[in-house]
Amino acid sequence: MSPTVLTADPGAGTVVRIHGRHIGDRIYRGAITFFAVCVPLLVALVAWEIAVAGWPTFRHFGLSFLTSSDWDPVKDRFGAAPAIYGTLVSSAIALVIATPLAVGVSVFLSEFAPRWMRQPVGFLVDLLAAIPSVVYGLWGIFVLLPLLRDPVMPFLRDTLELGSTPFFTGPAYGPSMLAAGLILAIMVLPYIASVSREVLLAVPRAQREAALALGATRWEAIWRAVLPYAKSGIVGGIILGLGRALGETMAVTMLIGNRQEISASLLAPGYTMASLIANEFSEASSDAHLSALMAVGFTLLIITIVVNAIARWLVWRVGGGAASKAL
Amino acid sequence: MTAGVIRTQRPSARQRAVGERARKSLGRRRAVNGVMLGVLATAAVITVLPLLFILGHLVTKGATSLDLAFFTHMPTPVGEAGGGMANAIVGTLIIIGLAMLFGLPVGVGAGLYLAENRGAWLANSVRFLSDVLNGLPSIVMGIFAWQFLVRPMGHFSALSGGVALGVMMIPMIARTTEEMVRTVPTSLREAALALGYARWRTGLTIVLRTASAGIVTGVLVSLARVAGETAPLLFTAFGNQFWSTSVTQPIAALPLQIFNYAISPYDDWHRLAWAGALVLIALILVISIVARVATRARFDMGSGD
Repeated sequence: MSPTVLTADPGAGTVVRIHGRHIGDRIYRGAITFFAVCVPLLVALVAWEIAVAGWPTFRHFGLSFLTSSDWDPVKDRFGAAPAIYGTLVSSAIALVIATPLAVGVSVFLSEFAPRWMRQPVGFLVDLLAAIPSVVYGLWGIFVLLPLLRDPVMPFLRDTLELGSTPFFTGPAYGPSMLAAGLILAIMVLPYIASVSREVLLAVPRAQREAALALGATRWEAIWRAVLPYAKSGIVGGIILGLGRALGETMAVTMLIGNRQEISASLLAPGYTMASLIANEFSEASSDAHLSALMAVGFTLLIITIVVNAIARWLVWRVGGGAASKAL
Repeated sequence: MTAGVIRTQRPSARQRAVGERARKSLGRRRAVNGVMLGVLATAAVITVLPLLFILGHLVTKGATSLDLAFFTHMPTPVGEAGGGMANAIVGTLIIIGLAMLFGLPVGVGAGLYLAENRGAWLANSVRFLSDVLNGLPSIVMGIFAWQFLVRPMGHFSALSGGVALGVMMIPMIARTTEEMVRTVPTSLREAALALGYARWRTGLTIVLRTASAGIVTGVLVSLARVAGETAPLLFTAFGNQFWSTSVTQPIAALPLQIFNYAISPYDDWHRLAWAGALVLIALILVISIVARVATRARFDMGSGD
């Protein structure tokens, strides 16, 4: 741009090109910077819109919105405790079932399985993540629920006599916390498995070879040398799965039974924050009701952001960039 | 055991006892090894089983209810046999198209920025917030789009559904774009610049074009992921029993239709829900397989993925 450069250059065409190039570069840089800045702006916009819409509820009910279990849209009384409880419990069931399986399958694939088996089985596990939530829900309604209603729930309650604990009491309807937890377990499994696999692959070879050279069996090498190294990354994967489970909507809405009640029994129906919104949002007529649902959405948003941040930090600690690709 | 080889004297009773114990414990350790191998293999089998069950049910229940009318006819009222989901299939394609319209430029642009400004504080925070956006529950995206578009417009619309899904695509596209652009050799970029190409032309015609196959894959994968999303469409696209292709009106979508039919009490609608689920899965699988083939053809990466 400086005039001295222009006078030093004899060709007029060059001057034009330098000039044009400068403008083009500016536009290009400006455009991609604009698109990049869009991302933080969108996050802020999402949080802001929902926070503003939910604000009247938070102001009116304060903390009791999170602790009260009185949800009565007709009388404009809102307490989200059953939904929060249901969200946490269904996700916990999912993690308890999915974690050993997911870690097991990824250890098997990365350490034991013959080479020809790794890719096809890995592909099948990844395929679980490709099935839409609503299809899981459909399968759950017509296959899983009848199965739970007849042999599984009575078996757990009566044959195994788990009915004597408070967790397996009451009639076996089918739609229940247990059903939601089971379907969530299948749904979060591929996420935990793929992060675990990436993390295990990021463990240095020397770590395994050193253990084997000291006379460890392959399992001992895995248990004593590989898993401790990969531990925080795997935990990160589990927490990432938790993040998915907390926000999962359709399949849970179709299977959990949607009842505003806190019950210790896993055979009883419950509610989650996401399914509460999915069920009531389009029927909400009063502003107070809408605002309460927005407040539930905002609570869910904050919880998932915190959970995801923790997960990413843990995975990033093990594998740096390489392992966090799977997230 | 190795200690015994070096010694010339006969091992004492105590040493023999130690050796005996080591041999016994080795047997036990080997047994544990074998058992754990079995446990892990079982975990793998149990993991794959639900997938096979679900796909099996989808194919058997879906295929028997699937016919030509499903693709060409409109939904019929309760009690009337037959009918299809022609409007929902078209609606899903329209919504996905709209989502691409919003998600593609922002995602690719942000990805280019991230790849070209590594380490800058803005790039780091954009990357972090893109991960945050990726982790947001889809239902939250739905109520956001409702509050942001449906409420001011006063009615549900295909457009608002497209925006909700488009926002969900952005972080996925940005991430793959960044990764793919980073695999473009610096020498290629330098060669273009040395030949007198402007930075913007290098960026768009050399770097982006070289990375295009990978980016296309990323876009397809994100498309496959949002194509089955239901929650963001509940209060935005809303669904429609009639034929509509207008972007400002409520529009039918395959996942919404499956949901409504699945929770209905009518057998005939259940049948259509299974057929719809099969079509949706087929759509997603085709997109994913095209994505895989696209990567293979250009990069020939062999084993690692």
